Amino acid sequence: MPATTSPAATSSSGSDRSQTGAPPFPPFAHKHLLSISQLNQHDIINLLQRSDAMIAHARQPNDAPAPLAGKTQINLFFENSTRTRASFEIAGQRLGANIVNMQVASSSISKGETLIDTAATLNAMGPDVIVVRHDCAGAVELLSQKVGCAVINAGDGAHEHPTQALLDALTIQHHKQRLNGLTVAICGDVANSRVARSNLALLGAMNVRTRVIAPRPLLPPGIEQLCSETYTCMHEGLAEADVVMMLRLQHERTDKTGAGLNVTPSSREYYRFFGLDEQKLSRAHPDVLVMHPGPMNRGVEIDPAVADGPRSVITYQVEMGVAVRMAVLDALLNQPKTSRP
Amino acid sequence: MKKSAAPHPHGAPPLLITNARILDPASGTDMTGSLLIEEGTIADLAEGAAPGMPADALCIDAAGMLLSPGLVDTRVFTGEPGHEYRETLASAARAAASGGITTFVVMPDTSPVIDDAALVNFIVQRAATDACVNILPSAAISRALRAEQISEFGLLKEAGAVCLSEGRRAIQSSALLKQAFTYAASFSMPVFHTPDDEGLRGSGVMHAALFATTLGLKGIPAVAETIPLARDLQLAELTGVTYHAAQLSCARSVDMLAQAKSEAPAISAGVSINNLTLNELDVGQYRTFFKLSPPLRAEADRLALIEGLASGIIDTIHSDHDPQDAEGKRRPFAEAASGAIGLETLFAAALRLVHAGQIGLSDLLAKMTANPARILDIQAGRLARGAPADFFLADLDYPWVALERDILSRSRNTTFEGARFTGKVMATWVGGKPVFIHADAPAPLQEAARP
Repeated sequence: MPATTSPAATSSSGSDRSQTGAPPFPPFAHKHLLSISQLNQHDIINLLQRSDAMIAHARQPNDAPAPLAGKTQINLFFENSTRTRASFEIAGQRLGANIVNMQVASSSISKGETLIDTAATLNAMGPDVIVVRHDCAGAVELLSQKVGCAVINAGDGAHEHPTQALLDALTIQHHKQRLNGLTVAICGDVANSRVARSNLALLGAMNVRTRVIAPRPLLPPGIEQLCSETYTCMHEGLAEADVVMMLRLQHERTDKTGAGLNVTPSSREYYRFFGLDEQKLSRAHPDVLVMHPGPMNRGVEIDPAVADGPRSVITYQVEMGVAVRMAVLDALLNQPKTSRP
Repeated sequence: MKKSAAPHPHGAPPLLITNARILDPASGTDMTGSLLIEEGTIADLAEGAAPGMPADALCIDAAGMLLSPGLVDTRVFTGEPGHEYRETLASAARAAASGGITTFVVMPDTSPVIDDAALVNFIVQRAATDACVNILPSAAISRALRAEQISEFGLLKEAGAVCLSEGRRAIQSSALLKQAFTYAASFSMPVFHTPDDEGLRGSGVMHAALFATTLGLKGIPAVAETIPLARDLQLAELTGVTYHAAQLSCARSVDMLAQAKSEAPAISAGVSINNLTLNELDVGQYRTFFKLSPPLRAEADRLALIEGLASGIIDTIHSDHDPQDAEGKRRPFAEAASGAIGLETLFAAALRLVHAGQIGLSDLLAKMTANPARILDIQAGRLARGAPADFFLADLDYPWVALERDILSRSRNTTFEGARFTGKVMATWVGGKPVFIHADAPAPLQEAARP
């Protein structure tokens, strides 16, 4: 597995930086990380370089310093999540933060205490950062307006999942040594996917050619303006692609009123036309990377043989996830002090 | 303000307003002249100098201000009965008076639902004692708005309901709607119905387009309106009912209506001021005050609605005043309540279309005076001898900014916070009685028109 850094990435490792105390990175110019679309190319490169530097730290947590010692991180998850929450938790732990996990059922929130009330309550406890996942688009931004600390969006409805896009970009960079000029195909349930939106924003900002491939009901209105090309046929869309990002078919986020509930008549049919198997993958570039944000529906959007095959970098993505989240936590919490009182 | 059992006080001295630009769309009048009010009704109006002036008359020099029939707003929600903390009939009436609205129709979706003659009577009585403007009840098309059984149209009409409406909802069953239209036609009850297909709307919360996609919000496609509109129009033609498409938002709806109106004259349509002056991009970063139903649509839709207004295809403009408390609005966009208040800003916002050269002033006023009065078949919305003295004076050049602190409604959910307007209602009369005077009105007017 190649682990070389990209030309854009810094050659120094994270532990060097922390030990010398010399900040090799420009400050991150945002109080929160709410979406990729609010970042520019400099911000993205900054976070990717910081993530690179965190990899060594992430791999050898025991002898690493603790730049977040004494800081409090609240993981506030209104939507079920195991992997993202665990990733943020491990990232915070490796940096020495004190971590409080809160799993809140979304339904109880809408009945009783509102999101705003929850935000005010948590804010009063004085955390340094709140990591939030919510099933409504815009909910994390709303919460960020009501608290004094940094807020990280760990996924809000079908809006954005910025750390996922960063870890995907880092994964691509490490395997392709670049982002600029690549062709990335994003396949599947784009309509319900925050991962797709964050990735399209990031890849667009980094001059990557993006393709979206999905049956029409899963292509949201106006998507053609957010990517380079759209396809409804995997065979066409995958041709010569450098990277294939598969998306989870979002059963849980489809419409409860019936509209869109069964956008595809069956898993069998979906798999036949939009599931990534060896045959469809053979259309792509021979060195294609296969990615998936997880959790996978094996046999629905991806053939297990492909998911576990030689071109899959799915577990590498998970590893990069910890480094990216460490970098984001560090970038938000270790801001240079202002000179003004 | 002292409560008065009779809405039209007797024994008040006659009132003469001179030097006003008297504009009455119903008669096509647009002249500089005088208006005489006696016993709560318009006794006389004339061009130029005052008509024969009674010796004891109170005289107001309008200094060239617009004198318009009071506005008739066909779609207003309050919280009375059931949610008085959002809005009462009295607070809505005060807000209306400040916006030149002298008559408005309240929607039936309160708690309890206005689906029974006794409840219609409650609204009529409460309005008479509490409210400073005329409030007319609409009644639910279906009992409890459950869309199972139609309500007692005849008894509701007798009790004072001026039209039938399903409020925020729409009847999904074509069979039930056909039954309602047929039955309403036999009582000459106008039906105000919003075409909205719940299945096609799904869990959509804003206009289905690129902007919704970038926000990660589910969209409401235009077909959610145009398909049920096609059904409504065919049923209206079939039954001969006085049908009013209550809330249109799409360009295509205007074309469909043009076609239908050429064949069935009892068909009319209305549009909310929000859909005429705002578009989908006003949602910005999940601003829930702009979560409306129907949703704010594309700029092309907005322009088509204005064109439909100017060409006469769309008959009425309403505020769609829908007070919501902070609790309902301070939520993630998808979970937030729909609706915005609008009584106070209806006139000023509508004037934007005049200032933009998109419609003439008289045509615009017709959409908020004579037209709704004609469709509802009520004595309102015109300046004529013997008509109720419901009117307002407005300074068409007055610049102002809509500020939250000035809101008279009990709720704060305006789409026009911080909006800049040119033109403001300066004073309003209902039944010859002053009900609103603006702080910046000329001093003599302040003296004469203090409520």
